[in-house]
Amino acid sequence: MGMTIAEKILARKSGRSRVAPGDVVTVGVDTVILFDNNFLPTNWREIKHIADPSKIVVTFDHRVPAPTQQAAAAQVAGRAFVKQFGIQRFHDVGYNQGISHQLVADYGYALPGSVLLCSDSHTCSAGVFNCLARGVGGPDIIYAAIKGETWFRCGETVRYELTGVLPEAVTAKDAFLQIAGIYGDHATMNVEFGGSGVAGLSINARKTLTAMAAELSAEFATFEADAALVDWVSARNPAAFVPVLPDADAQYHAVRKVDLSILEPLVALPDSVVSNSQPVKVVAGTKIHQAYIGSCANGTQDDIELAAKIVKGRQVAAGVRFIVTPASQMVYRDTVASGAIGTLLAAGAMIAPPTCGACGGGHMGVLGPDEVCLTSTTRNFKGRMGDPSSQVYMASPATVAASALTGQITDPREFLSLH
Amino acid sequence: MKFKGRVWVVGDNINTDLILPNKAFYLTHEEQAQYVFHANRPGWAQSVRAGDILIGGRNFGMGSSRAAARSLKNLGLACLVAESLNGLFMRNCVNFAFPAVECTGVHAAFNEGEEATVNFETAEVNNTARSITLQGRPMPEQLMALVRAGGIYPLLEQEGLIAPKT
Repeated sequence: MGMTIAEKILARKSGRSRVAPGDVVTVGVDTVILFDNNFLPTNWREIKHIADPSKIVVTFDHRVPAPTQQAAAAQVAGRAFVKQFGIQRFHDVGYNQGISHQLVADYGYALPGSVLLCSDSHTCSAGVFNCLARGVGGPDIIYAAIKGETWFRCGETVRYELTGVLPEAVTAKDAFLQIAGIYGDHATMNVEFGGSGVAGLSINARKTLTAMAAELSAEFATFEADAALVDWVSARNPAAFVPVLPDADAQYHAVRKVDLSILEPLVALPDSVVSNSQPVKVVAGTKIHQAYIGSCANGTQDDIELAAKIVKGRQVAAGVRFIVTPASQMVYRDTVASGAIGTLLAAGAMIAPPTCGACGGGHMGVLGPDEVCLTSTTRNFKGRMGDPSSQVYMASPATVAASALTGQITDPREFLSLH
Repeated sequence: MKFKGRVWVVGDNINTDLILPNKAFYLTHEEQAQYVFHANRPGWAQSVRAGDILIGGRNFGMGSSRAAARSLKNLGLACLVAESLNGLFMRNCVNFAFPAVECTGVHAAFNEGEEATVNFETAEVNNTARSITLQGRPMPEQLMALVRAGGIYPLLEQEGLIAPKT
């Protein structure tokens, strides 16, 4: 009986010939990422030993630049850790900074077939690179840094066969909302993406699907490797790797088809990401106070350039705060160079520095009482982005940009068709 | 590890932001515990007594990697029994030595205020007053051993690999 991508990597990394759902295995960890929250005084425990400093990455992303004394203290502790152990891959506030999951893409930190850990729940984002990546707890990260290994409980796998090409102004976020709306959570299970439709999705678009898999409560999210993926990684990381394909007779909990060509813009209604999707037209006209583009799921060059295309030559509606947060300094520089940032600025957007920012209600766009936000970030839980009485709708960057122009939830196809 | 206590009952998909909201991140662990369910059930944390048991629905603990399990433990809850646990949240239950049991049917088996008995090792859950016995799914032995040992930090402390708790 064959294995899925996740099962094959678990077997390879644990030295077993076979791993099946229900097995608990100990595996070596290739990459351990720490970020500022790990170093907050309430979380941090001083580490005396590191298994291999070359496997560690440190970034500051959740609270950058430091909005509070505690956040600043976390950065002080993080810099001391980096110095103590001679960590080379350090993304301090400055030229190379970014959200950890974007840095993994920018710098090719996740090699196909490898295991990557970070104590941010959206670490499954890196599964776009045909590897096993997942968010774990803070103590798991300290353990993995010290011991070089961790444990995983293998779950069943759901495979999504993507076909077709997305229509204009419909994005991978809409594909995710379609899956989350129909199938709900995938707790204890892995998600595997493949099929002929993958070729038509950029790496950035695929990464939206793997990052958002955290909202499905998936264990691991993986993409099959193709030439575009191999080229992306090879251009950024000289290390050798062996991609992993599922076996032809792999056993899946379910195989589900998603025809990208028939999708339309969707919105998740407030308070829950899963089982909560509606076509934009159902809530079109809902007034918003804030429109937000950013996060590990939708702060890429593709996302910012799509938003710029929609707002080009137009103005953000009065009474709406349109906040755009590039996911990394590299994305920021690239979108300045492409002119997208200039277009957004001219339209009235505020550009925030690369940070998780208001996605987690940390800073840079937190919501007040009874405010309504349309966001392209990762979560819309009650109180997630600020006051518990605020309402957070979630959609694609295209829908967010179009809605910023009108001041109400708006179908982006109304604007893109005019260009 | 066996527990008997008064139960509180919550529904499906209870997320980590409800258990440990961002606004409590900078507070002490004890203060953080007072913010559990602050957004959806204000004042609840102040009603919990040491030894109470929390009953949850499907996918309990969905969301972020934050130390939500630590807040439930610090609130004085003896244990959690839910229809199913989110995978990341379950890791933190193990990490912070908060006993958590997955048990199908538990949500319908209890009304708030009733008494539960829970055997963490065998995953047997009882509502004695109503003569209900449920068999949950025991945690893998490797992980139960970590819970019994007090979680990851005491283990690493004993080996001198992290600084002692200050």
